[in-house]
Amino acid sequence: MALCCRSTARILHIARLRLGPLQHRHRVEALPSVVESILGTTSTWCRWTSDRNSSDCSLNPKIPREPTWEPVAENELPPPTHVPADLVDKLERLALVDFRNQEGLDCLDKAIRFADQLHVVNTEGVEPMDSVLEDRALYLRNDTVGDGQCTEELLQLAKSTVEEYFVAPPGNIPLPKREERTAMLKNSEF
Amino acid sequence: MLLHISKYIITRHLKRAPNIYHSNISFRRIWTSCQRCQIQPQMKTKRHVSPEMVGVVGLEIHAQIHSTTKLFSSSQVKFSAPPNSLVSFFDASLPGTLPVLNRRCVEAAVMTGLALNCTINKKSLFDRKHYFYADMPAGYQITQQRLPIAVDGTLTYSHLGGKKRNQVVTKTVRIKQIQLEQDSGKSLHDDYRSQTLIDLNRAGVGLMEVVMEPDMSCGEEAASAVRELQLILQALGTCLGNMSEGQLRVDANVSVHRPGEPLGVRTEVKNINSARYLARAIDYEIQRQMEIVQAGGTVLNETRAYDQKSGNTVPMRDKEGLQDYRFMPEPNLPPLLLYDSENVPEGLDPTQVVLIDRLRAELPELPGIKRARLVETYGILPEHSFILVNEDGLVDYFESVVKETKAEPRKVIGWVMQELLGALNQQNLRVSQSPVSPSALAELVNLLEAGRISSSAAKLIFQELWKSPGKSAEQIVVELDLGLVNDREKLLRICQTVVDTHPEQVRAIRSGNKRVLNKLIGEVQKRTKGRADPALVRSILEEQTS
Repeated sequence: MALCCRSTARILHIARLRLGPLQHRHRVEALPSVVESILGTTSTWCRWTSDRNSSDCSLNPKIPREPTWEPVAENELPPPTHVPADLVDKLERLALVDFRNQEGLDCLDKAIRFADQLHVVNTEGVEPMDSVLEDRALYLRNDTVGDGQCTEELLQLAKSTVEEYFVAPPGNIPLPKREERTAMLKNSEF
Repeated sequence: MLLHISKYIITRHLKRAPNIYHSNISFRRIWTSCQRCQIQPQMKTKRHVSPEMVGVVGLEIHAQIHSTTKLFSSSQVKFSAPPNSLVSFFDASLPGTLPVLNRRCVEAAVMTGLALNCTINKKSLFDRKHYFYADMPAGYQITQQRLPIAVDGTLTYSHLGGKKRNQVVTKTVRIKQIQLEQDSGKSLHDDYRSQTLIDLNRAGVGLMEVVMEPDMSCGEEAASAVRELQLILQALGTCLGNMSEGQLRVDANVSVHRPGEPLGVRTEVKNINSARYLARAIDYEIQRQMEIVQAGGTVLNETRAYDQKSGNTVPMRDKEGLQDYRFMPEPNLPPLLLYDSENVPEGLDPTQVVLIDRLRAELPELPGIKRARLVETYGILPEHSFILVNEDGLVDYFESVVKETKAEPRKVIGWVMQELLGALNQQNLRVSQSPVSPSALAELVNLLEAGRISSSAAKLIFQELWKSPGKSAEQIVVELDLGLVNDREKLLRICQTVVDTHPEQVRAIRSGNKRVLNKLIGEVQKRTKGRADPALVRSILEEQTS
């Protein structure tokens, strides 16, 4: 489940970066609603949501207490994007994710559709931003040792270790070939 | 489940050329190597092909920042610590961890930028560069692609040129930019068991990537530029610059063309871990490309690795098709802002402010300035100033000797260059390991200067000092009876014997061939084990042969 969430988040990045004009020019005040609608409307498959909803919002004053959003009507959005098989291949290779089945591909389409909402935001005369932290000071840390020395703890997380090393396969795990994947997709349809 | 992802990411994927540095080749006086900048293609060129092809070389140098902790985490930076002992949760890319920038790394990059005459950007940005290697668990590297911390600099370097290779040739290479970025971990490939062992101790260590414009034309120039950069970094203390420990890593972009024509297709040569190999790898690659072009072929745009055994570059098969790093702004780091003392905004916490002008004022004496000062102060040759600065500790050694002796610095430099460096090189020792201390050498030079010993005896004494450290030059003079013989009576007798036993030479001198006198002087020195006062011997012999 978490894997799905993570992949989708990543797909969203890709969608933003590779498809259509890059929409960094959202109004700042519009952003929290977008964030909240990600978290709010997709609660069925995102574990983080339930954690956040149940946590005490007063812990971080930057998180709005109440989610607010306005749904965007379908006819306001640009035509839906279809992701061709070649592009799916490339995305899988670049992001090292495996959409695995039709459900995964549907998830990708939905993610892109979701990102399409950004096109609706009026960015006229708004300076592009990299992040909402842009106007914050970048904290500088003193050069003194604090972390580290937790080899045991970290190694416990890994599937395979040798002495104090993590073990990885010798090279890239090749993605399944196109034909193989088509077969997989067929099998996944129900 | 989230933890499972980290496992997935740590254990899945990829292979890269090992980032391990076995080589332990010292970096001594690379600019006396004898590669020539104008590489002549070995194949015969046709007459009508007018201008000769030349090599074009640009460098990308990764310099590990000399800091106590990593760039974005407070785990320690240390070479050859037990595997995975210097890894924080952030370095292992566990979910929920965030980068916290190390002030020291920012200052190091600013100092390096200033030393390389760069413009320091008062605002710079961090970006993510994505690729999947098992030794980079986040799946991306934080770097500065769009707006790096320093841009538009120059590096002035020199090497020996001219027919006798004794002229100092000075050149300049433009620095495109310096960017802060994270180092990766290390992969150890176990082919036998078909697995890769991952050590993340190096993952997240701060790097300065110095990007040079393609202003160089051969391996020797590139090696000299790298050597100069290494000296500057060491003088600044921003990087220890030890290539064998991977603190300085060089990738070279190489192409060939005829001057005036557009640049040729370039290849990138990686895996270079010593300056000597850098020059060889580049020269090999230039030669290879010239041969391809002259045979009517085309050079492929590819990454090649240098093979130390064969001295060749070979293609690296690390890229499946097109690379796409999917650069994106790093969302967790706001822009890095730097200030001058004058325009620090009010109310800013001083611990959060890096002042460019203050760092500029605190810059130490850089190698170029140091050489100029040595030439100016001591009247030594420029090439000697290069050798002095090139050897770690040699400037200090030379200056202490000069301080303790009345001899001319130009005489001292002879001893340092010939005797000291010769002996050090022979035994592959560093200056700090010299058995002859600066004051011992100063005493020896003083004895010579005072006329107490001959120069050949002095050389002998130096050998003795080398063999038995702790003894003084004076002691050795007494022990080996090497004091100058200037007893006129004694020398008269010896000279007379020499004159009597060499009638032919004496006849030659008397008939006008004065140069034969040197032969007789040599004979006298032989009989006195080189201890006779040469001026006295000459005057006695002149009298006896007149």
